[in-house]
Amino acid sequence: MANVAIPADTVEPSYLEVTTNTHKGLLGWILSVDHKRIGLLYLFTMLAFFFVAVGFGFLIRLELISPGKTFIDAQTYNQFFTLHGIIMIFLFIIPGLPAVFGNFFLPIMIGAKDVIFPRLNLLSWYLFIIGGLVAVAAWLLPGGSADTGWTFYVPYSVRTTTNVLPALIAAFLLGFSSILTGVNFITTIHRMRAPGMSWFRMPLFVWGLYATAWVQVLATPIIGITLALVIIERTLGVGIFDPALGGDPILYQHLFWIYSHPAVYIMVLPAMGIVSEIIPVFARRTIFGYKFIAFSSLAIAFFGSLVWAHHMFSAGMSDTAMFVFSFLTFVVSIPSAIKVFNWVSTMYKGSIQADPPLLYVLSFLFQFSIGGFTGLMLGALSVNIHLQDTSFVVAHFHYVMFGGTGFGIFAAMHYWFPKMFGRMYNKKIATWAWAIVTFGYNLLYFPMFIMGYLGMPRRYYDYLPEFHPYHLASTIGSWILILGLIIMFTNLYIGMRRGPKAPMNPWGGVTLEWTTQTPPILENFHEIPTVTTGPYDYSKYEIEASEKKETT
Amino acid sequence: MSSSTQSAVHHVHRDDYGSRMGMWLFLFTELILFGGLFIVYAVYRFTHQQEFHIAAQELNTTVGLVNTIILLTSSMTAAMSITAMQKGNIRFSKGLVWVTIMFALAFMVNKYFEWSAKIHHDIYPGSKELLNKPEGEILYFGLYYVMTGLHALHVIVGVVFFLFILRHITQGKIQPTRYVRLENAALYWHLVDLIWIFLFPLFYLIH
Repeated sequence: MANVAIPADTVEPSYLEVTTNTHKGLLGWILSVDHKRIGLLYLFTMLAFFFVAVGFGFLIRLELISPGKTFIDAQTYNQFFTLHGIIMIFLFIIPGLPAVFGNFFLPIMIGAKDVIFPRLNLLSWYLFIIGGLVAVAAWLLPGGSADTGWTFYVPYSVRTTTNVLPALIAAFLLGFSSILTGVNFITTIHRMRAPGMSWFRMPLFVWGLYATAWVQVLATPIIGITLALVIIERTLGVGIFDPALGGDPILYQHLFWIYSHPAVYIMVLPAMGIVSEIIPVFARRTIFGYKFIAFSSLAIAFFGSLVWAHHMFSAGMSDTAMFVFSFLTFVVSIPSAIKVFNWVSTMYKGSIQADPPLLYVLSFLFQFSIGGFTGLMLGALSVNIHLQDTSFVVAHFHYVMFGGTGFGIFAAMHYWFPKMFGRMYNKKIATWAWAIVTFGYNLLYFPMFIMGYLGMPRRYYDYLPEFHPYHLASTIGSWILILGLIIMFTNLYIGMRRGPKAPMNPWGGVTLEWTTQTPPILENFHEIPTVTTGPYDYSKYEIEASEKKETT
Repeated sequence: MSSSTQSAVHHVHRDDYGSRMGMWLFLFTELILFGGLFIVYAVYRFTHQQEFHIAAQELNTTVGLVNTIILLTSSMTAAMSITAMQKGNIRFSKGLVWVTIMFALAFMVNKYFEWSAKIHHDIYPGSKELLNKPEGEILYFGLYYVMTGLHALHVIVGVVFFLFILRHITQGKIQPTRYVRLENAALYWHLVDLIWIFLFPLFYLIH
């Protein structure tokens, strides 16, 4: 797609060897303002938090394997699901794609040397790591970690004696980190594109990040001020939300969801971008409906910001408001569906190569579709009354967030791994890991749909015996899932340390990152490339394929 | 290119337009941060109209007006310091930044006396006097302290921002040909001013 002149015989030291400062070892990493190193800092810290949260998830499932107390008491259980939620949402899913892969690949994909504010970028990581440590450290303080759930609903979050404060402060800091990343990305995309890289030549991952960054900038301040108000209410006794002082707890719920619903689009939009990157590469076809996919990201970001109250249909609201929010919820599904149709159309008649990145994307499509459809069920007013606060909601949420975004992150890891580390993992083991993870995942969450429909409430510590088979299946699913995750990450780790050297372009991608050295050099390009075509120009492959057909 | 020269040239990228754009985006987030508070204010004003009306009479309009004049004037001196810098008068520009900081401190002193008078009258979050009042008044004073307090925090941040600017002018990092940092500081200061322009009528003028 671009005219990049790289003399074949010059091999410059990669970003793994040289950095923006003169320090060696750890300092060379944590003081580096190179976007690729910051991306890796995010990757490893984020994965550390992910493993902790998976651990809590495992313990929650283990406790629920049988009715009544299995091995932890109810209070500990409440704290575990709160920690699981806070860590997974604020430390894994939200920063997962933008901060890790966005940082690493956004500048390369638009043909820039770095993001526009490199030092601000490093500051975001510091806010992230401080926030993360505060969130986890609260667990060790006397009083124990928060037991409010990740939603921090008042009045309980103002009154509980557990350490809600550190969790709130952590979420506030992480929000700030997220805002700064968003500001950085929007400005970078506006100002740093290479010559010829017009808006409609940008890869779709960049479009996804652009839409995400706007949501980060415009929605996150609301959660910031809301959590700050709860902090002030807890410490100084100011009456804002506490009904004893005249406050309105439902107002808190509104403010919380004004951010936290758009936040699910912060989580899923970049994952959709990943899917749009991977499908053309492994189907060897130009993406179908480029502009539709690009604009649907913006449409999702826009409409997604107007639907928050569908989390509160049973909390008390006028019928008119319920109707409007329900309608808008249905509207959001249109741009999402446009994307899915375009992805499937891209694969149609392509020459599909079922490598691990594509397999994860296929799981994404399957699971995201289920998650999306059940989301519509929940958005319908009459059905919502029946399903509100049941494990159906938990299943829906995990199908979108884990089955969607989580698998998007796994796909991105397998897709860009050779470029990031210059080595290759074992594809066969990666394929097995994918199969086990996908199976375990579906076994873990699908029963929750059924038992939720039958009336199993969410977040409950105990349950009626009739729900036991579903819980048992779900817990067994969690073991299979974790086994698959262990295989996947061990395989990636071994690949990173000892894998065979990866070529410059192992998958045959045509976006700019595949024209750089593997791993990339400090400033990404020897010479800033000039872009002359759209991002997924597979015409060469398509002509070759049609010629083959004619000759045979 | 050796690795040492590579480190030296890295990130010398200069883009004043980009820097301003980043600042504007950050200002959006600040607006929305306060926007959340304005929503809370609007909702509670709507549900407790009578009590907000009574509580607002406790505030001293004159003090608020003086502070409004101080902040508006300081916004003007901040803008003038940019013009002075553009015209190459570095000393005058620096002097105007100092004047802006002085106005900011005057605002804070005024605020200090206002708050201590309230606290002296036993009106502060959690005080007996306040808890005996009707719910709407508790909410009013809660919001009064939170919103003007958060605004005061921004004033302090603005002062720190300007102190850095003074240092950068002295160090020659801000010059008549490159003054985007000064512009950004002034933009931030105008935002602080702008938010006060909304806080003043909401708390002091609407009775």
